[in-house]
Parts: sequence; C-alpha cells; structure tokens
Amino acid sequence: MNEQLRTFDELLSDCVHCGFCLPACPTYKSWGYEADSPRGRIDLMKGLHDGAIEMSDTVVEHFDRCLGCMACVTACPSGVRYDLLIEETRAEVEREHRREPLDAGFRDLVFSLFPRPDRLKLLAPLLYLFRKSGLQKLARDSGAVNLFGKRMAQLDALVPELSLAQLRARLPAFTPARGAKRGSVALVAGCVQRVFFPNVNASTARVLAAEGFDVTVPQGQGCCGALSLHAGRDVEAKAFAAALLDRLWPEDGERFDAIVINAAGCGSTLKEYGQLLRDDPARAARAEAFAASVKDVNEFLAGVEPQAPRSPVPLRVAYHDACHLAHAQGIREAPRALLCSIPGLELLEIPDGDQCCGSAGVYNLLEPDSAAEIGRRKVDNVASVAPQLLASANPGCTLQIRSLLSARGIDLPAAHPIEILDVAIAGRS
Amino acid sequence: MTVTTASPGIERELSDIVGAANCIVDPGELRTYECDGLTGTRVRPRVVVLPATTEETAAVVRVARRYGLPIVPRGAGTGLSGGALPVAGCIVIGLSRMKRILAIDLENQRMRVQPGVINLDVSRAIAADGYYYAPDPSSQSICSIGGNIAENSGGAHCLKYGFTVNHVVGATIVTAEGEIVELGSAGADPLGYDLMAVLVGSEGLVGIVTEAVVRILRTPEATRTFFATFPSTDEAGACVSGIVAAGIVPAAVEMMDRLAIEAIVKATGVDWPLDVGAALLIDVDGTAAEADHTATRAVEIAQLSGALEVRTPRDARERQLMWKGRKSAFAAVGRISPNYYVQDGVIPRSEIGPVLREIAAAGARAGLRVANVFHAGDGNLHPLVLFDARVEGEEHAAEQVAGEILKICVRHGGSITGEHGVGADKAAYMGEIFNEADLETMNFVRCAFDPAVAFNPGKVFPTPRLCGDRPGTYVAHETEIAGTAGRG
Repeated sequence: MNEQLRTFDELLSDCVHCGFCLPACPTYKSWGYEADSPRGRIDLMKGLHDGAIEMSDTVVEHFDRCLGCMACVTACPSGVRYDLLIEETRAEVEREHRREPLDAGFRDLVFSLFPRPDRLKLLAPLLYLFRKSGLQKLARDSGAVNLFGKRMAQLDALVPELSLAQLRARLPAFTPARGAKRGSVALVAGCVQRVFFPNVNASTARVLAAEGFDVTVPQGQGCCGALSLHAGRDVEAKAFAAALLDRLWPEDGERFDAIVINAAGCGSTLKEYGQLLRDDPARAARAEAFAASVKDVNEFLAGVEPQAPRSPVPLRVAYHDACHLAHAQGIREAPRALLCSIPGLELLEIPDGDQCCGSAGVYNLLEPDSAAEIGRRKVDNVASVAPQLLASANPGCTLQIRSLLSARGIDLPAAHPIEILDVAIAGRS
Repeated sequence: MTVTTASPGIERELSDIVGAANCIVDPGELRTYECDGLTGTRVRPRVVVLPATTEETAAVVRVARRYGLPIVPRGAGTGLSGGALPVAGCIVIGLSRMKRILAIDLENQRMRVQPGVINLDVSRAIAADGYYYAPDPSSQSICSIGGNIAENSGGAHCLKYGFTVNHVVGATIVTAEGEIVELGSAGADPLGYDLMAVLVGSEGLVGIVTEAVVRILRTPEATRTFFATFPSTDEAGACVSGIVAAGIVPAAVEMMDRLAIEAIVKATGVDWPLDVGAALLIDVDGTAAEADHTATRAVEIAQLSGALEVRTPRDARERQLMWKGRKSAFAAVGRISPNYYVQDGVIPRSEIGPVLREIAAAGARAGLRVANVFHAGDGNLHPLVLFDARVEGEEHAAEQVAGEILKICVRHGGSITGEHGVGADKAAYMGEIFNEADLETMNFVRCAFDPAVAFNPGKVFPTPRLCGDRPGTYVAHETEIAGTAGRG
C-alpha cells in the first residue's frame, strides 16, 4: 500500500457514521437517500476501497450528484475531510470509470470552454449576436435548445446578458494606490468572472486602490484549476495550477503583499496549491508560499482599517454565503462586516443561508435536475426576505440564483459585495 | 442497476407503490443501509423502501408480509443501539422522505408531524411564536421524531421536562398486518388503555409511526446557564447531588470528564480548560426572577462543592457554543480516538463517583481509555470506550469493557439503558435485569400487536423467538452463525 492510499484509508476511518452531516447535505435534503448523503458516500468509498462493491454506474452517479459544497465538512464534529475524500474519489472515477459517450462528450465540452478565458471570450460576442439577432428566441420558442438535452438548455439559460460595454471592458494591468499607499497586491482575474462579470474585477481594482493598495493584474493568466479539480480531472487541474503559479509567483518575480481573488471557488483552490503541487519538486515550495499569501477580497479588506469614506447605499441587501467562501474557506463574517460598513445599507440574512444554491462550479450544467431542485429552495429562501439587491461573492452562484429568479419572473439585481462597496466609495448611486 | 438481490416480483410490487427510485436493490446503495449509528455489526438488507405517505407504508408492509420478509423500520439512522440494524433477508422501511410538518396548533400546544421530521425542526418551526418541543437528545439536529418515539429518547433537559413519552400524545401507526391505526388522542386524559405508553419506546416492535401528535411548550421566560470545573468527577457528582438536595430542579445538568473535555475542545474550539478532572454544564429556567434565584443558589452550591472555576456565558451566542460543545461530544471523540464504543446506562445519582471509578478501573484493566459525558441530573451515563480497530483484539476488548460497564450499572441499582434503547446491541443484557417471567410478559405485549414477529426481529429480546415459544436456550442470530457478528 503506498502512502497516498494509506492516507485515503485514514481519512475514511475518521468517519464514525454519526449522521451529523445528513441535514447539512443538500442532496440528502432533496431525496432522503442515504447514498446521497455524505456518510453514505463515504460508505460507498469504503466499499470500493475494500472491494465490497464495484464502481458501477449507480455508485458513480451518487458521487456525481455530490455538489462538493462542503457543508458537511462544517457540520462534521469528527473533523472528517470529506473535501479531500470526494476530490480523490472523483479523480479515481475519471481514471477508472467509462462514462457513456454523450456524458463524456458533454464533460469534455464544458472543460474545453469554462476553464479557458480565451475561448470564453470568443464565445461571448457570439452569444451576444445569437441573442440580439433573435436566434435565441427562435431556438427557445421552437424548443430547439431542448433538442440537445436539458444540459444544453441549462447552459443557455445560465449565460448572462452582456452589454457591448462589458464585452469591450479591459482590466488595467496596473492601478496605483490612491492616497497613502499601504501595500501592493496582485489580482487573480478568474475565467468566468473576467468574461461574464468584468465589472466585478474593475470594482475590485478600484476599491483596493481606494484603500491604498497598488493593484497589479499579471497578464496572461489562465484558469486556476478549480473547476477541473472539483470534477476529478486532477491532471488537468495540476497543469492549470502550475501555469498560473508560474505567472503569478515566478521563481524570481515580484512578490506581493497578497494575492487577491474575488471568486470564492477559485480562492479555495488557490489556497490549496501547496497541497495540489506537493509532488512537483520545482514548484512545491513556491506553491506553499503562494497559497499562504492568497486572500479572498472580502477577507483581505476586512483585515485592514477602512481608509476610503463610504457614502450611503440605502438598500435592503440579502447576502448569499457562497459555499466555497463559507464552508471551504470559513469566511462568513468578513463580507457581512464590509457590507455593514456602508451607511444606510440594511443587511438581511437568508434563511438556511449555509445551504448551497445548486450552482457548485459546473454542477448545474452536469446535474441540471438536482441543481434546479436545490436552487428552488434557495430562491424560496431569498425571496422570503424580500431584498432589493442580492450580494453574492461567487460568479457561479450569481448566475444560478439570478437565472432561477428570472424564470419565476422576479428581477432581482445581484452584485458582488465589492461592487456595492465600490459604489459606496465612489459616492455614486 | 447491475445485480439485484430481491426477486423481481417483490421489487416490481414495491416499486409500483413507492416508485422505482424509492425501492432500493442496488448492492452499492444497499450497503449504505447496512447499519445505523452503531457500526460494529453490518447486515445488508434485501431491499430498502422509502415510502412518502401512511398509505404507501401500509401497502409496503402488506407486500412484505405476503412475501414473508422481516421488516426493519428506520428513521434517520442515527440510533446508537442498532435499533435499525437490518436482519438477513429483510426489508428496511426508511421514513426519511416523510418529513413534513402537517399542522401547528399553538393554542392547544399541539403539532402534527410526519416521522421523518428532525427533532430540532419541530422547535424551529415554532420558535418565533415562543414555543418549543422539550425532548432534546444531543443528536437533536439530526435525529427524527419517529426514531425518538421508537427509543423514547431523552436528552439534557429531560431532568425537568420528562422523556419523549411525556411529549407525544397521539400517533398514526401501521401495524404488522398493514392496517392504519390511530393511537392516543390530542386531549389531556384519553379513555382506555394508554397505548401510547406501549408504543413509545417499543423500538419498532409495535408498529411503524407514520404521523405523530406532539405536545409543545412555551419557551421559558429566562434560562441561565453556567459552566463549572472541578478537580475530579467526585466533586462534580457531589455538586449535582447538592443542587438536587437543595430542592432545585435544574433544566439540565451535564457532566463531562477530562477526556470528553479534551475531545470537545479539539472539535469545537471552545476555550474550556484541559487541566481539570470534570466539568458541569447547568441550565436553570423559569421566570426571570426564578431563574436568577436558582442560578445564584446553584452557583453557590458548586463553589461549596469545590468548583475550581464557574463561568457564565456573556451572551446567547456563547451559551449556544457551550451547548454545541456538549451536544457534539459523542462525535467529537472521533478526534481523540479512531474508534469508540458508545455505552448508555443508568445509575442512581448518588452513585456517580464510585461508578465512574469502577468504570475507569475496568477500562484500565483492558488497557483502554473511557471518556464520560452524560446527563448527571438523572444519572444517565454515556461512557465512551476508546479503541483502535486496526489493533488486533482492541475492538473485542472494548466490547467487553462496554458490557462490564452495564453490569457495574446494574450492580449499583441502575439499568442497562437510559435513552439509546436496547436494540440489537443490548438484547443479550436484558437478562441482567429481567427474569424469564418478566421477559415472557413483555413478549405477550409484543405479540398482541405482532404475533408473527415480523417487525424488527432480533431486537430487544435476548433470544429471537416466536410468540408462544418458551424462553429457553440461546438461539444464535443468522449473522452470528455466519461469523459476521457476535453479542459478546
């Protein structure tokens, strides 16, 4: 037995089957199936490990249905590292399990698109034309989008409307600190964030500068590997991570006070680079140092004394906890504190706020039915507090919640907390 | 689906009732139902069915009976005595999908719920109105009302408010014949035999609860909590006796020994001291004046009993954190030991000190550590025997120590279970407190409801037998014959 296996075995043995994870798990909440609960999935992992069961389509389906939201990690009193267990299991599934051609093909399509900002960027203007030309309406009305199955329809429903101005937006490579300079940071631009939410990156740079930080956006950034890692494509994830590390933290390059990221899913993976690249001798030490300096933008700003004055933003704002912020990084108070630093803003708590919205990386593309059911509960809870604005610190969550709300005819504007802070600091309404 | 173990006939009939997705026959999926919170023994059921309504449950029971399958009901699967442990060839009827709150009647302080509703969700649904459901097992965030009824669950606050039996006034059950029967009534003093008292705590032997009417209480105006540490469990035990002797009925008195404190600190990060022998977590409640007065008296008694330190939480959040620490204690022990055996026994309150010393000695003889976390107010012990299953013989030794602990409890005038139930785990110890006539009488009651012993066979009674059989020689369970399980 090699070291890796032994470790996996030990991680498995931490689970005492107490069941404290059950009510935290969104899929168990949906269906009440033991095999779709964290302890049930761990039981399946043990069964595979012992050779008691085989990696059948059914067993794989239960792993596929896991959102990877990590609510169970928060709930577990025994400290079971379900995050590591499911990551390893997914990699094993991808190595050993033959998926049906259609499923495999769709997965390849998703992963040839989303972790590639260059390709996403090419896609965006095409989507813009598709919509403006009336082709989308034609495709939707005629049911043509459904011809490609629920997954394609979901992809179509999720991709947000972009304005021409957004399509043209370019993030400055360097934004100097305003007022007294307090340090310098590097900004990770993200893939989906960069293409579909360019305003979030622009706001992040402005707010950081207003708070006294030089902001550098290292050029030529690729994907951080989060989407691939969470889907068991570990070889791909490691390649992405190595490339991004070499860009942001090269052997003898500039060292920043912090590497700042504004997408929760990316942030949690960036913080794991030490672990992810531990077997890469040329990068292991660098990855460790890099990971230690990664900060989510909420976390980073909550840790420095506010310097820029805030104008009132008199809105009722519901803050949505992104799983990869709350559960994976333990960041719950910081975004709330930032929002509460804005005069006139009323912060609303969403009931069952620590439950996933169903977005979960590319989960809503791969498991549309389950994502819709979980999203329905989230949207019920969001609507129950009647907000005027939704604050969400992860692009996937924002896409998912807005798309489900708009399907119900509710047009709730959404913004990243940093965009709201940007407005408050700029004094615009 | 690859291999099916149930015959297609049963599978088709059951699928017709609950839908194919809720009729589980895949070997991988069945594996996840092989045990509940007691993991030492695993038995793969033949089929698992998850009905959504009372009618579906009744129809499933009728099909199971027609095919002669043993029937094992299952709630949230968090029980610690193996009450939901399958038997070979059985059908498991899981109630996890029946989780709706059906009616709330605040004026008459009643709620009608389905059995899969989580205990804490009952209180959550009415918290804003100033009401709550009193029984609060430490697993209240995960255990379900149906399971609570089966086990007559207790909890920290049962010292003052009583067990589940005091808080469930009516139930809809499916009998072993597959009939739907209403027991109890929403009224205060129902006519006839109190069959609710037979049902509550019957561990799935009398019927499958598909709806329950629970009593809800007004939330006390004030609750005062304090946390006190002591040099050893002797002083802590004396403090508990002193408080009760002073005429105070605390809402809860929980004791944790040094090992339990260590586990809780590791799991939850509470800033409890590690260099103490024992700690008590005490709640007193009532009107504000009453709670203040009794809290002051109780703190005085703690100090007189030799408390090292007395802490009161600064705010509601800190109070919650203290209770969270206590309530996650069982699972938290996973932080200090790869495996552990959870025991549940009762002793007279006055015996806490001597019994804990005997338990520690029994552990030491076997070379094992025993952590203690328990409801001190009513003498309900929860010794946790720590072991490492990877070390040859340790698991067996732990089972021996756990068994020895029950005998110690009985020797000191106590009982073999406080609230976790007898289940599969303690059936063999029933003979320690009941003689054959007692057991036979109990069996008559069971057989009045289920003469064929279709419901949860192998649980509670020391020897599996059919109605009318005389208690006699020990009959081994199928798993024992197969060598996959033993009763120690």
